[in-house]
Amino acid sequence: MSLIEIKNLHASVDGKAILKGVDLTINAGEVHAIMGPNGAGKSTLSYVLAGREGYEITEGSVTFDGQDLLALEVEERAAAGLFLAFQYPVEIPGVTNATFLKEALNAIRKTRGESPLDAMQFLKLIRAKAKDLSMTDEMIKRAVNVGFSGGEKKRNEALQMAVLQPKLAILDETDSGLDIDALKIVAEGVNKLRSPERGMLVITHYQRLLDYIVPDVVHVLANGRIQKTGGKELALELEAKGYAEFGISDAAA
Amino acid sequence: MSGELTPTHSPQGTGASFIEQVKQAQPALAPVAHPWLACFRAEGMERFAKAGLPTTRNEAWKFTSLRGLDKLTLSPAPDAKSVPVDAIPTALEAPGPRLVFIGGQFRADLSRTQGLPDGVLLDALSAQMATDPQGLADRMEGLLARFPGADHPMRSLNAAFLADGALLHVPAGVKLAQPVELVFLAPPGVAAAWHPRLLVLVEDGAEATIVEHHAGQPGAAYLSNIAADVAVGTGARLHHYKIQREGTDAFHIATLNTHLADASTYDTFVLNLGARLARHEARQVLGGEKIEARVSGAYAIGGDQVSDITTLIDHAKPNCTSREVVKGVIDGKARGVFQGKIIVRPDAQKTDGYQLNRALLLSETSEINSKPELEIYADDVKCSHGATAGELDEDQMFYLRARGVPRDVARVMLIGAFLDEAMDEIIDEQVRAYFRAAAAAWMGTERA
Repeated sequence: MSLIEIKNLHASVDGKAILKGVDLTINAGEVHAIMGPNGAGKSTLSYVLAGREGYEITEGSVTFDGQDLLALEVEERAAAGLFLAFQYPVEIPGVTNATFLKEALNAIRKTRGESPLDAMQFLKLIRAKAKDLSMTDEMIKRAVNVGFSGGEKKRNEALQMAVLQPKLAILDETDSGLDIDALKIVAEGVNKLRSPERGMLVITHYQRLLDYIVPDVVHVLANGRIQKTGGKELALELEAKGYAEFGISDAAA
Repeated sequence: MSGELTPTHSPQGTGASFIEQVKQAQPALAPVAHPWLACFRAEGMERFAKAGLPTTRNEAWKFTSLRGLDKLTLSPAPDAKSVPVDAIPTALEAPGPRLVFIGGQFRADLSRTQGLPDGVLLDALSAQMATDPQGLADRMEGLLARFPGADHPMRSLNAAFLADGALLHVPAGVKLAQPVELVFLAPPGVAAAWHPRLLVLVEDGAEATIVEHHAGQPGAAYLSNIAADVAVGTGARLHHYKIQREGTDAFHIATLNTHLADASTYDTFVLNLGARLARHEARQVLGGEKIEARVSGAYAIGGDQVSDITTLIDHAKPNCTSREVVKGVIDGKARGVFQGKIIVRPDAQKTDGYQLNRALLLSETSEINSKPELEIYADDVKCSHGATAGELDEDQMFYLRARGVPRDVARVMLIGAFLDEAMDEIIDEQVRAYFRAAAAAWMGTERA
């Protein structure tokens, strides 16, 4: 059974159509990449899937793990196993990483019918996961993303993903703002989470990230629709030729 | 230049009937025999009769109307000796010294004054009036002399009804290991008025911590009108915290005068959660050099509550530091008022002043009136202030929810984080934890 099935999805912002009929199916165990020029609707797609306010769905459907995803609240989508790694992770002064993640994990566990982790169990878990991402205890105790460098923020996203163990992870421009070393650490963290039960959707402008997170399927999103689908070699082709083929000059990028 | 929070009032603003009521209520008090104290009362009455209640035409009361107060019953609470009390709030893990007042009346049976270091005086004013009225009068006179011209109608009203309150006198060099708690509870269902007086003398090199609790139940329209006179001696330290959880039909008005001497530290924090209308008006006179004054507060209100925090930080001498952080969360149709005035007098060179006021508006109908005021007459000073008002951050809400945190919990986390920035100003860890928990409890009831 497919993990997520997006059918003819149309979405607009302030009356302006951004997504104009997206069709996309991801099965468990698969890693899909969506590439596309700026303004293609890549981030809109990720926000619409995560449930952010301000987007109007005008047509189409999204079925996630057998559920009507679009009918769910933001937190219900997370509890159902959807995870969005933010392009720009949000800073939350006054709330520590540990408190935030504990609340999140226990809320999700509750929906799954699992008992909440106590402080000790949680600390053990988060420490182990943080170590995998070369994150220090100090970073766990700090306020969420406050004072984090670009790379630290993305590692923090990977940490959250590792703790929450989603069924589908959407990575929105995870490579933006990362130098090559940070990119490798984050990609390694993401690769550790690849499993036959989990799907991933990697959204990126550049091919570079896909050297480290190698996709099974690559889609080209332009003008609000999937224009082309292929294997990982499609990414290399795009890198060489740009997006001109899809009627868009990428000169501005 | 004016050091007054409240200039002279004109009586035409409030109905003469209110003043009549006040005059009728006063004889219900037990008489005081000591001439100075009797005179203090009489003069208070006289001044109040002249001034009347402040009105919104008065600049210092522009944002806070006392309308409704004149409809209260102003007679003193009936004898509180037999009022049953099931729980006395405390911020402390271990029982410490405390004075408990019900409806403004001292309850010796609920209080604890034993175990204090030699020379420390902690007692109720009613007890002192009976046992040592001269000593009380001397201390009051000494305290009041530190605040010349500090006339205020609500203080006059308080003086007119001088009957009880708390006295803490810590002699030079003595450090109190445990905080002193002053607990003012409203008797349930009693519509009345009480006017406790707080006298605090911390002499040179001494140190003390005070936690004031003010609490009551909804359903009774009462007035709690506190006046405090505080003196912190040379090199002394006073931590002065207050949590206000009066019933939501009550008026709570507190006017505090604090005088700080050379190299003293004053760390004060007020948390306003209760009352229909609460005004906390605190005036700090930095009368020496190298003083550190921390004057902060927080409030969380909803319904049609009004929380007013009005402060004056008066830098009279050089090389002093003042720091003020006041943050509030406002829901429903509630209104927050912050008036923060900092005066730096010509002598007060090298003053370092910092003020921050922030409000979080949780509803369309909530309101904040913020008035920071800097009056600087010295040229070599560092003073900064900032005021902001805003709503919960949508990006932060989305981020928390996108990780599975339910909307309600996310809201509480963000509100808590917002208030914590103010609570962090509280130096005493026990008190900080207690105030945080009280704010969290407020969020719990607001959500329900």
